[in-house]
Amino acid sequence: MPTVTVTVNGKSHAVDVAPETLLVELLREKLRLTGTHVGCDTSQCGACVVHVDGAAVKSCTMLAMSADGASVTTIEGLANGGSLHPMQEAFREHHGLQCGFCTPGMIMSAVDIVNRKGSELDEQTIREELEGNICRCTGYHNIVKAVGAGAKAMKGGGKSARAAE
Amino acid sequence: MYAFTYERPKNVDEAVKLLKKAKDGKILAGGQTLLPAMKLRLASPDTIVDLSRVKGLSGIKASSKAVTIGALTKHIEVMGSAEVQKSIPALAHLASLIGDPAVRNRGTIGGSLANNDPSADYPAAALGLGATIKTNKRELPADKFFKGLFETALAGDEIIESVSFPVPEKAGYEKFPNPASRFALVGVFVSKSKDGVRVAVTGAGEGGVFRVKEMETALAKDFSAKAIEGIKVPAKNMIADIHGTAEYRAHLIGVMARRAVAAAK
Ligand SMILES: Cc1cc2nc3c(=O)[nH]c(=O)nc-3n(C[C@H](O)[C@H](O)[C@H](O)COP(=O)(O)OP(=O)(O)OC[C@H]3O[C@@H](n4cnc5c(N)ncnc54)[C@H](O)[C@@H]3O)c2cc1C
Ligand code: FES
Ligand code: FES
Repeated sequence: MPTVTVTVNGKSHAVDVAPETLLVELLREKLRLTGTHVGCDTSQCGACVVHVDGAAVKSCTMLAMSADGASVTTIEGLANGGSLHPMQEAFREHHGLQCGFCTPGMIMSAVDIVNRKGSELDEQTIREELEGNICRCTGYHNIVKAVGAGAKAMKGGGKSARAAE
Repeated sequence: MYAFTYERPKNVDEAVKLLKKAKDGKILAGGQTLLPAMKLRLASPDTIVDLSRVKGLSGIKASSKAVTIGALTKHIEVMGSAEVQKSIPALAHLASLIGDPAVRNRGTIGGSLANNDPSADYPAAALGLGATIKTNKRELPADKFFKGLFETALAGDEIIESVSFPVPEKAGYEKFPNPASRFALVGVFVSKSKDGVRVAVTGAGEGGVFRVKEMETALAKDFSAKAIEGIKVPAKNMIADIHGTAEYRAHLIGVMARRAVAAAK
């Protein structure tokens, strides 16, 4: 079995994987980081979004082998010890979740949006940028509010995800 | 997923050798089409040849005449490239409309062209600008590259290395996205250059991307939305599915073409 060497949330791992292993399977089944979810497995829902070398990707649509040498951040890597990342805090504060299934992907995508577009995000931008993330319960309204507020909070000195990566 | 052999060559020659050796070898670029297809068993290669470590296949070079884009260049890079935005803004705009940010972060231009999905965006730009596709074996004009649904002129062991888009005087791309998949229900790319006018349509044709000669002739005389107002594209050979009838798609071609001309810059 080939070995994949990957840094996940700042910690380096060398794991033997079958070539067909998806990145999300490596994270969930080998590294037991089950915060990253699989909603559709057909590349549509975004529940599996993680950051690979700082960019949001659907971890169900990438081979674990393709992450060899990369640095991956999952939802588990955002919080700073006991205190939530500002984007997580904003989702809590603004009721940006109901069942929470889509939330890890939403938050990882949201942090990626802020990294690319800055902290002043209008509603239209947030909605367009979240096209790849599907939520089946909250109806998006509060998610959009949470992302806008989280973006501002990230600027206001909250620990940025870039620093975590 | 099911088992396969995974190879990660360092250069194109090695990749070609591996493809030749395999019974059913497939190139992996961004994986945004191939991996979903494999999960659905629409493709079941015994060998995956991952191009990600092959040097020299990525990046954008622009001159006053052409913009040349390496096959492994990601959609996000094309959309964000200052050179593309300056020379062919319609191409950067097109890339920004592909899928969603996570798809654009992995998907590549070479993969999109090689896959030739009848609803994909890049084939419209390649045909609509008269691009040249460079492989490890030859250079192919877009007019000879696309061969129908998911079919191209590429041989099994042929690898796209780059694609070169001539810089037009003006170009525009307008897409009516399928609201669920974001692929084009109809997308129209128009360009005007010294060599004439091109109008290429994606999303609509049963045989994949195609040109609308009647519109090209009318636009060559007068490059304005008004000039093509009366031109109706027949519904024959248009895709008909749960998302839209053949007539609906044929109608949308006119609408998108006029918008693309109006937006051309
Ligand atoms: C949710 C979602 C939404 C999408 N929306 C859109 C959209 O709106 N518009 C759109 O156009 N596309 C869309 N796509 C497809 C996306 O653009 C893909 O990235 C692209 O079609 C394929 O590129 P890739 O690099 O991912 O190729 P891969 O999936 O790696 O490969 C695709 C095919 O091309 C072959 N190939 C790859 N590179 C080469 C090469 N250099 N030479 C020869 N053969 C090669 C492979 O063997 C394979 O057969 C979407 C995909 C997803 C998952
Ligand atoms: S599980 Fe990856 S996109 Fe749905
Ligand atoms: S909170 Fe339940 S799917 Fe989004």
